[in-house]
Amino acid sequence: MIFNRSHLLIVALVLSAGTSWAASSTDGSELHFCIGAQPKTFNPLLVDDDASETVRYLTGGVLLRLDRNSQKLLPELATAWTVNRSGDAITFTLRENVRFSDGTPFSAEDVAYTIERLMDPSLHSPTGDAFRSSQGKVVTKITGKNRVTVAFPAPIVGLDRLFDQVAMMSALSPQKEMAVLGPYYLAENKAGAYLLLKRNPNYWKYDQTGRQLPYIDRVRLDVQQNRDIEALRLARGEIDFINSMNTESFEALKAKAPQTVLDAGVGLDSEQMWFNQVATAPLPDYKKAWFTSTNFRRAISSAIHRDDLVRVVFKGHAQPAVSFISPANKFWFDQKLHSHAFDFGEAMRALNQDGFQLQNGALRDRTGHPVEFSIITNAGNKDREHMATMIQQDLAALGIHLNVVTLDFPSLIERITRSFNYEACLLGLVNDDLDPNTQMNIWLSSADNHQWNPNQKTPATPWEAEIDRLMREQASTLDPRKRKQDVDRVQEIVWEQQPFIYLVNKNALSAVSPNLHNTHPAVLRPQVYWNIDQLTLGNEVATNH
Amino acid sequence: MNRSRLIAIVFLGVVTLASVFANILAPAPYAQQFRDIPNAACSHQHPLGTDDLGRDRLSRLLYGTRVSLLLAPAAALVSSILAAFIGGTAGFAGGWVENLVMSATDLFLSLPWLFLLITIRALLPLNVAPLTSVMITFALLGCLGWAGAARVVCSDTRRLNHSDFMLQARASGSSGVRLMVHHLLPNLRPVLFAQFWISIPVFILSETNLSILGLGVSEPLPSWGSLLRELESFSMLSARPWQFASLILLVATVSCFHVAMQKEEA
Repeated sequence: MIFNRSHLLIVALVLSAGTSWAASSTDGSELHFCIGAQPKTFNPLLVDDDASETVRYLTGGVLLRLDRNSQKLLPELATAWTVNRSGDAITFTLRENVRFSDGTPFSAEDVAYTIERLMDPSLHSPTGDAFRSSQGKVVTKITGKNRVTVAFPAPIVGLDRLFDQVAMMSALSPQKEMAVLGPYYLAENKAGAYLLLKRNPNYWKYDQTGRQLPYIDRVRLDVQQNRDIEALRLARGEIDFINSMNTESFEALKAKAPQTVLDAGVGLDSEQMWFNQVATAPLPDYKKAWFTSTNFRRAISSAIHRDDLVRVVFKGHAQPAVSFISPANKFWFDQKLHSHAFDFGEAMRALNQDGFQLQNGALRDRTGHPVEFSIITNAGNKDREHMATMIQQDLAALGIHLNVVTLDFPSLIERITRSFNYEACLLGLVNDDLDPNTQMNIWLSSADNHQWNPNQKTPATPWEAEIDRLMREQASTLDPRKRKQDVDRVQEIVWEQQPFIYLVNKNALSAVSPNLHNTHPAVLRPQVYWNIDQLTLGNEVATNH
Repeated sequence: MNRSRLIAIVFLGVVTLASVFANILAPAPYAQQFRDIPNAACSHQHPLGTDDLGRDRLSRLLYGTRVSLLLAPAAALVSSILAAFIGGTAGFAGGWVENLVMSATDLFLSLPWLFLLITIRALLPLNVAPLTSVMITFALLGCLGWAGAARVVCSDTRRLNHSDFMLQARASGSSGVRLMVHHLLPNLRPVLFAQFWISIPVFILSETNLSILGLGVSEPLPSWGSLLRELESFSMLSARPWQFASLILLVATVSCFHVAMQKEEA
């Protein structure tokens, strides 16, 4: 066969086209990391789990963003904002020519729509709980093409900071919540396996050289419950960072690659257990009586060796917890409080006050029922399983028989949020912000995340009513000293009543591959990828990419 | 009896005896936490060291062997009885009954049993003692593991049903239950035994899989599966090779089962 020049040219063009097609299908940087579970929701207003929060952070566009390093608010979709003197209204000036990922223009109507959905009582938005300082209607007024004012029925301190959590939704897009304004949009979701996020082609942010952000083209989130495997994958170079590590993986990685790991000291997250106090829970009445007794909860708390939990389970990368505010939160933590130390005598005294008696090595209540209950925690989290097993031995010294049950995460969530068919639960609390106002969705008795007895119509106990009052008061006063007093009092009530038995505050442990650049790990979540649109991979240099 | 089979049977006997007498041989109670020495190396006091919570690893291995090695045959017995009943009935009845039962068996075989097991386990009452929980786990394994064996039993029953001795028994006036109990069942015995022996290592490994997921035997009771979870932290193992003891024992035991049952399979 003889080829002339024109044939050769055609062959070359075909080859070149083939090569460029192959390149375009595989080119582009891809950031890999793991999330612990399948996100429960992609609706940014309904987020209340870690995996969904990750997706919201990467895809959601917010009016204001809290810089995790400087802890200052930065303009995002709002170029300017003002909070009025009384602290009950905020006016935003919106950025112009911004479009959602599907091309729908962003406008003041979208802000009004998002706020309306956020405050809709029927939606039960956990994000919206932080804005509910008092009863009354929230009014959103569009005062110009790019100006919008949101007025609340009462002052909310730290109002502007709360908007860091509110991802704007489109009022007009047919894609509804899947149309986003953040750096990435959700392109693929293989439930239980992975999520693929792609660069939002309409993202509004550009770097100093005029290049559209983010630098990394795709983000792949692998659903990986097992933290050991996650660490192994980092060591192999299969993933680029671990945002938050457990102690065992941290220690293993430290031995192998000390340059990748970072212990930033005590963090904001806590591990705690609680008893089911839901009145309608399918539990025998005598057990409900135990769990609603302050003395019983105090006794359990006093019987736990928290120092052992820190030393054995967390290898010293934690400290005994005191209250819902970590000692890392220096301003809001109540310095007068200290962690509940192990005190067997105190535990027995508290139990005796409620009529419990130790008979032949078994604790019995005043009606003769042996004290036995189960504690559930999520399967695959070795730290929690170990803590539960250690608590099991601690309580055995009181004559209490504790059954440790590990459940897959969806089953556990079903039990603690819907069926309430459980007795005690051991889980962690993830804190996103230093301001206790963001914990309104936990402490208000009407809140969804008031785990021991959620969604109460009226507070079940006087101390819960008092917490409601104090939390609402601190959320609606502008005086920092008054706020601090209120929050301290709430911490004291929680310390006395122990609806949550706080166990430990874990240190902030993370690991970053040397392949990932521009990372500045912070104590606040998301520790490693808070500046996701600035991160680069490999030899890529942000400024001349 | 060939030499390898003899060695396998002796090994299984020794392991079984060691697990039965665990309370005598174990250096410490399996649940006791020596919190001052977590992850301790091998020592005179703790021949296989201690685990993450300071529990004696040898004691846990002995008790874990007892749990896995004694309950797996129980589960295998349950599944073999179910297989005999379901497969035997279908093969004996033939016709549409056989088609219906075997279709149901196929459907059962196509279920993702691990997810089914996890789901069923999640629905069980929470407040059960660890021993009860492990018995429930193995009972579930037994109840869910009959389908494969039922197909084999059905096929063998069908073959026997058309054999000369069955025709002769029918001609002599035998029918129904008498035919099944006196003529069919004795001839099914070899295949049922084979299925029983085959099932034991399968159930041991199934429990192991569940425990590795953290969904098997409840704490503090050990089983081979829960002991093997330590091996997840592979990076830590190079410094503590004795942690492989549970894996070696599991592999050796399952292998010995396969060697020991060669005659039954034949």
